[in-house]
Amino acid sequence: MPELLKAPLVVEFPFTRSLGPVQSAFLTGLRERTVLGVKTSDDKILVPPVEYDPVTADELRDLVEVGATGTVTTWAWNPEHRRGQPLGKPFAWILVKLDGADTALLHALDVDGPDAVHTGMRVRIRWAEERTGAITDIACFEPYDGDEASEATPHDGEFEDKVSGIVAPARLDYMYSPGRAASAYITSVAERKMVGERCPSCSKVYIPPRGACPTCGVATREEVEVGPSGTVTTFCIVNVKAKNLDIELPYVYAHIALDGADLALHGRIAGIPYDQVRMGLRVEPVWTEGGRYPDHYRPTGEPDADYDTYKELV
Amino acid sequence: MSVTKEPVAVVGIGQTKHVAARKDVSIAGLVREAAQRALQDAQLTWADIDAVVIGKAPDFFEGVMMPELYLADALGAVGKPMLRVHTAGSVGGSTALVASKLVASRVHKTVLTLAFEKQSESNAMWGLSLPVPFQQPLLAGAGGFFAPHVRAYMRRTGAPDHIGSLVAYKDRRNALKNPYAHLHEKDITLEKVQASPMLWDPVRYSETCPSSDGACAMILTDREGAARSPQAPAWVHGGAMRSEPTMFAGKDFVSPQAGKDCAADVYQQAGIKDPRREIDLAEIYVPFSWYEPMWLENLGFAEEGEGWKLTEAGVTELDGDLPINPSGGVLSTNPIGASGMIRFAEAALQVRGQAGEHQVDGARKAMGHAYGGGSQFFAMWLVGSEPPQN
Repeated sequence: MPELLKAPLVVEFPFTRSLGPVQSAFLTGLRERTVLGVKTSDDKILVPPVEYDPVTADELRDLVEVGATGTVTTWAWNPEHRRGQPLGKPFAWILVKLDGADTALLHALDVDGPDAVHTGMRVRIRWAEERTGAITDIACFEPYDGDEASEATPHDGEFEDKVSGIVAPARLDYMYSPGRAASAYITSVAERKMVGERCPSCSKVYIPPRGACPTCGVATREEVEVGPSGTVTTFCIVNVKAKNLDIELPYVYAHIALDGADLALHGRIAGIPYDQVRMGLRVEPVWTEGGRYPDHYRPTGEPDADYDTYKELV
Repeated sequence: MSVTKEPVAVVGIGQTKHVAARKDVSIAGLVREAAQRALQDAQLTWADIDAVVIGKAPDFFEGVMMPELYLADALGAVGKPMLRVHTAGSVGGSTALVASKLVASRVHKTVLTLAFEKQSESNAMWGLSLPVPFQQPLLAGAGGFFAPHVRAYMRRTGAPDHIGSLVAYKDRRNALKNPYAHLHEKDITLEKVQASPMLWDPVRYSETCPSSDGACAMILTDREGAARSPQAPAWVHGGAMRSEPTMFAGKDFVSPQAGKDCAADVYQQAGIKDPRREIDLAEIYVPFSWYEPMWLENLGFAEEGEGWKLTEAGVTELDGDLPINPSGGVLSTNPIGASGMIRFAEAALQVRGQAGEHQVDGARKAMGHAYGGGSQFFAMWLVGSEPPQN
């Protein structure tokens, strides 16, 4: 059994978010060391504020300012610091009800160990030195020994140069394995052999193989070498530069039915002017040193395949 | 004794004005706008809604993993069932169908269904081109994926090269009559479409859909709800979904079996024998112009190989005998997650007689259609101005 391939796959993208009026005021407020909440129809103060009442669904727009001090309502110790977390060391996650608010905000508390945290303890905001209009403008909370102070006071939410959008980068770290069948295929392609698998039920030869026949739903085990030559069943001429794709434009992206295969795989056609590529063109793979896949396919010089011989594979 | 299904009526429809970027609202604000317009249309309030069914594009497309959690407040879903539906580009259609089934099965009386996307805050081309290890990157985005299938259609049917441009020219002119459409190209001409750059030959720039921000909502209800409706409802006469793998030996990308089966199921439910004669118009999912003639055949509006002839003869024009995409279609408006629901909603608007300038005269039966993935998910419904007979 060939080696099961594995490699890390990182999926990350800097998504942007338009804030809308309430979040815009809230995040701009943080930049100005002001914590805003919103008042609901039954006079509850929600911090962080939301745009719509969680109970009545009413639109909420009455902003209020609350205190920078508050009380821990519950907590959890975070013993190991991870990428993207605040403080760069172990800390406590806390839900903190700011003075004047009726709901609690999630943030980090800077203390040395879990023995230094308890529900009901008083804390205050430690502001970040550089603030941009983000939740990280609150660097963290820290212990504070003052009494409950402020009541919520009305605020018009107006600031100069309001933040209207944020970047919300998302990142997912996977360990990716293509599985048994694809691993075997990829390994054999790197050795310049095109090996598919035949379905024991419908006898169709799949390349690349998936380890199971999508039509019959049964495992495929019998290996079948196909190609290396094949027929262009259809194609398009690409004039659009794709990010992270270093292929000179224009180029031909084709569906190629390798001889003996029952569906087409995808490849690039070269070694012929792009405007002379046609359906039915006979092609063969061209390998480059160290390439995992054929770099491209080029014409074999054989006569074109008759449409009737490949139309079922288009 | 068999228990019959509850007839389902569309009594509220709301859309946002679709644009390239709605920077003034959050995603919550965007969906709220569409939902509120649907409530206003139906003259209902949040309290009248029993459940919410929401759909959106695949998660990587905009980085919102749990819209049902994030958007419950904005959609008044507290204390009510809220469901999310996933089926790639067809999601707007399947979302409406899930909502419709909840009413038809008498689980709920009145359901809000909604679909959205803010393409400006994300990148669909990136979302479709993840750097999967050991794979050879050859393409990015949907255009290159679908263009070879368009070429296969042209070869199979002998359709002349200009058919794609006729569809684009028609849909962009229709969009001028739809105030909610994204693209309003007032100076559009056939020559301009034909002179636009070739992106993925045979698909030109003007024959592709835009990237849009937008949301669409509908309120579906039972007979009692329909009786209280201030405006004429649209009635659901049939609805179905089908799927098939992205690739398999024997897959017909030009006319997928799942699409044919889905349409046949809808026609059977609705008692339609001859769709070309009995259906007055269709809103079908055409993200690249050539998909109009392709789907005309797949949906049984034309014989195989004949779809392009309907387009060429002007049959699918707004004043033709089978108008296709009077709203301007996906070619003029594409908030991907919402595009399928917009098709369903526009079909309903037409049979309610409320499509305004792009109203098809005397529309009594209309089809809404959506597809997604690698031509593998299909969702369709047929709506009528009269309650279903069976």
